Amino acid sequence: MPRTEQPLSTWVQSTLAIFRKDLKSELRTRYAISALIMFVITTIAIILFSLGSESAPADALSGMLWVVVFFASMSGLSRTFVTEEERGTAMTLQLMATPSAVLFGKLLFNLVLTLGLNVMTVILYSAFINGFVVRTYSIFVITIGLGSIGLAAAATIIAAIIARANTKGTLYPVLSFPILLPLLLTVINATRLSTEGAFLEEAYGEFQILVSYIVVVVAVSYLLFDYIWKD
Amino acid sequence: MTLRIVLGVWMVAVIVLGISLPMVDNPQHWYELPLIPALGERARIMFFHVPTAWLSVLAFVSSMIYGIKYLRKKNPDDDIKSASAAGLGFIFCVLATVTGALWAKFSWGTYWNWDPRQTSIFVLLLIYGAYFALRSAIDVEEKRATLAAVYSIIAAVVMPFFMFIMPRILESLHPSPILSVSKEQGSMAPNMRVLFFASLAGFTGLYYWMWNLHVRASRLEFHRSMKAGG
Amino acid sequence: MHNLELHVTKLKKTFNRRVIFRDISFTICSGQTLLITGRNGSGKSTLVKIISNILTPTEGTVEFVSPSGPCPVLPQSLIGMVSPYLQLYEEFSARENLQLALAIRGMVPNESAIDSLLERLSLRARMDDHVQTFSSGMKQRAKLAMAMIHQPPILILDEPMSNLDEDGIRSVREIMAQHKTNGLLVVATNDLTDLDSFDIQVDLNAPH
Repeated sequence: MPRTEQPLSTWVQSTLAIFRKDLKSELRTRYAISALIMFVITTIAIILFSLGSESAPADALSGMLWVVVFFASMSGLSRTFVTEEERGTAMTLQLMATPSAVLFGKLLFNLVLTLGLNVMTVILYSAFINGFVVRTYSIFVITIGLGSIGLAAAATIIAAIIARANTKGTLYPVLSFPILLPLLLTVINATRLSTEGAFLEEAYGEFQILVSYIVVVVAVSYLLFDYIWKD
Repeated sequence: MTLRIVLGVWMVAVIVLGISLPMVDNPQHWYELPLIPALGERARIMFFHVPTAWLSVLAFVSSMIYGIKYLRKKNPDDDIKSASAAGLGFIFCVLATVTGALWAKFSWGTYWNWDPRQTSIFVLLLIYGAYFALRSAIDVEEKRATLAAVYSIIAAVVMPFFMFIMPRILESLHPSPILSVSKEQGSMAPNMRVLFFASLAGFTGLYYWMWNLHVRASRLEFHRSMKAGG
Repeated sequence: MHNLELHVTKLKKTFNRRVIFRDISFTICSGQTLLITGRNGSGKSTLVKIISNILTPTEGTVEFVSPSGPCPVLPQSLIGMVSPYLQLYEEFSARENLQLALAIRGMVPNESAIDSLLERLSLRARMDDHVQTFSSGMKQRAKLAMAMIHQPPILILDEPMSNLDEDGIRSVREIMAQHKTNGLLVVATNDLTDLDSFDIQVDLNAPH
């Protein structure tokens, strides 16, 4: 398959055009955003009710935060590719843009969506779940940041894959979970460290893993996207 | 023909010896295996568990390599080989997970411990499951082969992270169960080692034979439907 | 872009073990018209998709050649296409769709060009309404605008007259005539009255 080259400035413009299109479309229809917000609120409420007046150990609370984040992502991050297929605009996009511009444009969109969603989730979670107290803010903030980027990266490439399949909804978590598991284990561990008041240096190992995960996933996505996107 | 017979005899020998060779405290003769204190007779599972785990990884790598070949040449035969390898790998992975859980029960008292090896084999099982779920969700053959290959590459690339992550998680989450020495092959008596590697070779041969059979059968089915449809 | 040539060599496409077509070869140059005919299911749209770089062929090549060698411009900028299966973004207006068509190709959105094109296709009055509210005839004209806004040297029209009334059909004929003077025109249709003339025909009804 020939790799089509274009000048970098054109590519950047193209990528941003796709990102802006997705953003504008989402703000206009607001399908994903409202569903996601309700999802997060409902899930945190369920956790609250099931905990009752008990408090769970810090380990478990760190894990549960990322469970909420994972499932919220599963609800929202496939939209960017799936809607193109559903509305029949996928071919239009194929005609107008180079594959890598599509990948990075949608990756950017998912990144913004994930960051926004995670910040909201973290705020609600910290506010309402007793026993979840962040002691080392630096670790926590960096973890949320890197974790969101990694999540968006992996979720985007998997979304591209399932958009071409039939049973998109149920397939998405099934394919995503094994790929996201290293990320999830690492961020849960780092979150736990932040609640225990560990020093920033203690989390360096986790940060290294997160950064290499992001690099690897983005690189593999770029190399393989042509095969996924082009029929 | 000969391969089938040799393989059959070999495996029968391995299985019979694995089950019946006596395990004694002080092995004097070549046919006596050393008795491992904590495990006793249950150590025999090692002859069968480790090869299945080894094969489930080998099959996955094989499936991925044929997947990469398919992406480059678009030859349907490569996809047949890839899918056949994955199918067998899945079966062996299930066997490895189950025998591993049995081993865990013997060694540490519970079927599941979330130690690195058990978690890894479980994740491999999830990946196999995801692979087949993906395949069954695509009607168009060319697309099915392409996306399956892509997914197996992504999964293979992400798997190594577990090697770095597991130690960190382990030392922080809970005190690791005392990993029994017999899980490592380092201190195996010579005759046990021979039997072990014989079992490994036998299982690998078995895998190759089954894979070959499955590929040939799939090819026939492929050509039959080509004649009927094209 | 002058003197652009489209070289198609030994094109073959199989789909789920069924051969759609094979051994399709032709060359057309700027100023020429290619007509693709064939009954429903013969692979007309498949061939069109392969030429426009949306679909990869099982065998064979599609090359765009300029006088100085292989064309350096990407297919995305070279080609404008109208077809029943290429949809517009319905939650955007006609104007926004055209802006997108330019921005995605790295071109500066030229408001006056957009205005005049929509005027020409009788869509200017509704240019800021969401495409969702358009009639099928208007959508077809909007698709035409999408195909032309970036002034591509190659125009590919798959069933161009569908959903159009007399005025619309006349507009399309004008557009085709104008494009032929300088560019490559590819038309896929079963209705030969769509075209005044053509230079090369590929008939997918013929046994391959």
